Amino acid sequence: MEIPYTISTRPDTGLWNAKVGIWLFLASEVMLFGGLFSAYIFLRLDAPPGMWPHGLLNVPVGTMNTAILILSSVTVVLAWAELKMRRYRRYWWYMLATILCGVIFLTVKLVYEWPQKFEHFGAYIKPQALEKYEQYLGNKHAAEKGLPPRLEITGHLHNREALTNPNIKEYEVALDPVNADPTNPAMDRPHFLYVPPTDKIGKIDKEDVERATMFLPTHSAYFASYFTITGLHGLHVLGGVLVFIYMWLPVSKKVYQRNPEHLANRVEVCGLFWHFVDLIWIFVFPLFYLL
Amino acid sequence: MDASASLETHPPSPDSGATGGQDRHQHQGEHEHHELGWWRRYIFSTDHKVIGIQYGFTGLFFLLFGFSLMMLMRWQLAYPGQALPVIGKFLPHIFGAGTMPDGKMTPDFYNSLGAMHGTIMVFLGIVPLAFAAFGNFVVPLQIGAPDMAFPKVNMASYWAVFVGGTVMLTSFFVPGGAAKSGWTSYVPLAAIADSGPGHNPVFNGQTLWLIGFIFLITSSLLGAINFIATIIQLRAKGLTWMRLPFFVWAQFVTAFLLLLAFPPLEAGIIMQLMDRVAATSFFMPAGLVVNGAAMHISGGGSPLLWQHLFWFLAHPEVYVLILPGMGIVAEILANNSRKPLWGYKSLVFSVLTIGFLSFVVWAHHMWLTGMGSTVSAFFQTTTLIISIPSVIILSAFFISLWGGSIRFNVPMLFATAFLPMFGIGGLTGIPLAFNSADLYLHDTYYVIAHFHYIVAPGTIFALFAGIYYWFPKATGRTMNEFWGKVHFWPSLVCMNVIFLPMFLQGMLGMHRRWYDGGQGWTLSGDHVWGLSGFQWNTPISWAAWIMGLAQIPFIINFFWSIKHGKKVNDNPWEATTLEWTAPSPPPHGNFITAPVAYRGPYEYSLPGRERDFTMQNEPVEPAERTRRKAVEQPVLV
Amino acid sequence: MNNPPDISQDPSEHEEYAHNVQKHVRGYLTVGALLLAFTAITVALSYVDFGTRKANIAIAMLVATLKAGLVAAIFMHLAAEKRLIYRVLIFTGFFVLGLFWLTFLAWYNPIVR
Repeated sequence: MEIPYTISTRPDTGLWNAKVGIWLFLASEVMLFGGLFSAYIFLRLDAPPGMWPHGLLNVPVGTMNTAILILSSVTVVLAWAELKMRRYRRYWWYMLATILCGVIFLTVKLVYEWPQKFEHFGAYIKPQALEKYEQYLGNKHAAEKGLPPRLEITGHLHNREALTNPNIKEYEVALDPVNADPTNPAMDRPHFLYVPPTDKIGKIDKEDVERATMFLPTHSAYFASYFTITGLHGLHVLGGVLVFIYMWLPVSKKVYQRNPEHLANRVEVCGLFWHFVDLIWIFVFPLFYLL
Repeated sequence: MDASASLETHPPSPDSGATGGQDRHQHQGEHEHHELGWWRRYIFSTDHKVIGIQYGFTGLFFLLFGFSLMMLMRWQLAYPGQALPVIGKFLPHIFGAGTMPDGKMTPDFYNSLGAMHGTIMVFLGIVPLAFAAFGNFVVPLQIGAPDMAFPKVNMASYWAVFVGGTVMLTSFFVPGGAAKSGWTSYVPLAAIADSGPGHNPVFNGQTLWLIGFIFLITSSLLGAINFIATIIQLRAKGLTWMRLPFFVWAQFVTAFLLLLAFPPLEAGIIMQLMDRVAATSFFMPAGLVVNGAAMHISGGGSPLLWQHLFWFLAHPEVYVLILPGMGIVAEILANNSRKPLWGYKSLVFSVLTIGFLSFVVWAHHMWLTGMGSTVSAFFQTTTLIISIPSVIILSAFFISLWGGSIRFNVPMLFATAFLPMFGIGGLTGIPLAFNSADLYLHDTYYVIAHFHYIVAPGTIFALFAGIYYWFPKATGRTMNEFWGKVHFWPSLVCMNVIFLPMFLQGMLGMHRRWYDGGQGWTLSGDHVWGLSGFQWNTPISWAAWIMGLAQIPFIINFFWSIKHGKKVNDNPWEATTLEWTAPSPPPHGNFITAPVAYRGPYEYSLPGRERDFTMQNEPVEPAERTRRKAVEQPVLV
Repeated sequence: MNNPPDISQDPSEHEEYAHNVQKHVRGYLTVGALLLAFTAITVALSYVDFGTRKANIAIAMLVATLKAGLVAAIFMHLAAEKRLIYRVLIFTGFFVLGLFWLTFLAWYNPIVR
């Protein structure tokens, strides 16, 4: 006996096997990302005022990546439609476009976004020392405006060895605009465009610092969840790209020649996964980049 | 089976002349069972029966291994601080000098044994055996399918569990030893164990535990997807939902539990892994002080979040452990009482209800965390409600025995023993469901006794029953009856000698994680039935070791019978379900012709028939139609 | 929007079928454009002050849900899917809500608060 309903549909469910399988898989993925997002909600609700940073990510780049993922979702569904219309050549081009979109997304993430974060520095000031750094933090101004207190000074760390060398007593930081000019009303809200650190150097005594790290997962609950969720999402993108490459290679042509519907089904299943990855990003983007 | 399906799979190739060589190659692929090499047939096989047997061996190995860990712990509990004779001499050479210097167990090693016993028994012993092995071998046969829906995914899920198990075993041999923070891995304890300067960031017990777990979860998820898709899509013609054997229903619900409950734990595991490897603090609160020194962590996390994520899985997991066992017992009870299973519909709805409710009871493991009375009241209520379907199932099993002509063969002995054992385990859980009573009993030996009654003489007896029952299907031979009974009776007695006194110990207030077995604790001087709480450890430990000996007849019987057991026909138990219509052992593709089901799964002792069993693939005769009403509603007389 | 039907074995019907899929293609392109537009709207709205941060979050999540709904309904064909898949998803939805509720419970810790 052969395994039935691999390509044709079972009459009582109206579905072929892999479609049932992929939706079950997606159900488990919903629970997986649900667990992570619920942890995100929890950590965010639990964060004391001022402990959930805003405006640290590069919004234009994030927007571009969102657009690229959406575009790839369109191309993959078009690839599937072309297969349904039995136009392999066009399918092949749409698939290539999808793969390129995925690769661009990952490249931007791994080559540009993440390393830029790893090069950025932040120091949380001890509560009793906040007063001393008022010129960088502008907490009086923030209180007047009803903004949450600013507890962290960020920027480019000039003496990077200060992180490891206990003999260096202070951090020399090229301040981010918000710390260089904290009372400027333009700094009350995050900027859309990325603004690089200014030339103004701030010196922070190590004694006054509660915690000082680069923007690594260990920096804060915010970056911990950012790197974990986008990292896991990135792994999903990578998985999708690898499978799409397999479906785009000459192997797929043979499947197509044997039974075009078989390849169409495969593309549909992988497309469902890809749309789901896109769907997750639709929530990741505002939660981490904008809010 | 489905003409259009096979047509579509292999349409004539349009250019077969040009690619003749290739065609022949494809042809070979289709009939792979004839030409595959030894490796593809027995090791990297995609056949559900081979994978089921692989799972079975893996599960049995880990059950034995996990049990051995416990036998070691029982020495320390009964004779704390004394050197373990003979074995204690060479154990340090295996596990490292720091674990049992001079045969005396160190507290850290005791903790490792405890944590790994729990993890291995639950996730590497029972889940692979009860869910994956029996599910893989039996479910496709019972629903009349040629294989699982996704054979390659099936193979992947086995190899994921293999890797996960290997990682878990490896963790015993890294510096610092295996995970030692309990099978629940509560943070902050688990996050700070073997971490920090001087410890390898990856090759330490707790981190390997987490990595191994990711593989185990992956395996379970793939398996669950495969089972659900198989049961939905590949049921034989005529095999409607209400004609499914109860075992298939139990596996179906189990698969859903794994599918939806495991991913949140996976999220938790990933976060704990980040806490350990990338120094985040998802679960570490700000201002944490350990050993009088403030921890250098970014803070902001919550230990309670881990507990919620963990128990969101681990309570459904309890039902993952018991439901397949119930399914096996149902099959065997019906078969050996020669009577239809009583209340089939109520059994099915009960098992569905259990599956649903098991997702909303998890916090009853967390009464002591101080969640607040409103939350506690909610979970207390749901916990008590979930006992109702469990009681329905158990009652239906008991009633199924009523008035049957029972054959007490070895599978039946184990299956009948399951009933009172599961009953004791279930009923003693009710005090734990009440917040107020649990405040006293929490983390005592009472809890240990309660859940072990469910999983040890409960599930494991059901698994033994299943092994004896389906062994002829897998090999074409039966296991020896006499040695089966030699296996059964001492196991039954020992199980009760082990776990019954633990209720007493628990009510005396003995804590489950004591390294010295309660020797240094004054209240364990209280006497029950002539022995103090601590003194009870000795008979318990001896019973555990004797039970270890009692497994030897099983192991020998098992391996001996594969080659030398009594040869039997395809349906030695005279059972009714579809797996017994296939040859023993079933060939690749299982059935010679696609089976068709005409009737329910338990048509035993139909009136007016020559034989006392009517198989599912026997068509309904016209004369039968007039009589059927009486059969479908068996009366309790 | 319904799914394109499974392809017919009959070549004479194939012409009509291809035409059917062609109609869907236009739909997919429209949805893609809508999603891009919504992305721009999300970004723009996040720089508008709706009074409280909670209001901003609520609005952004509303737009995100709308986008996710479009992807699920059109790209993933959920607008016209088989009953079995709806059932699985309803189940999952129920439990994922339970999970979110869980974190709320963990956060809303009455003894600490």
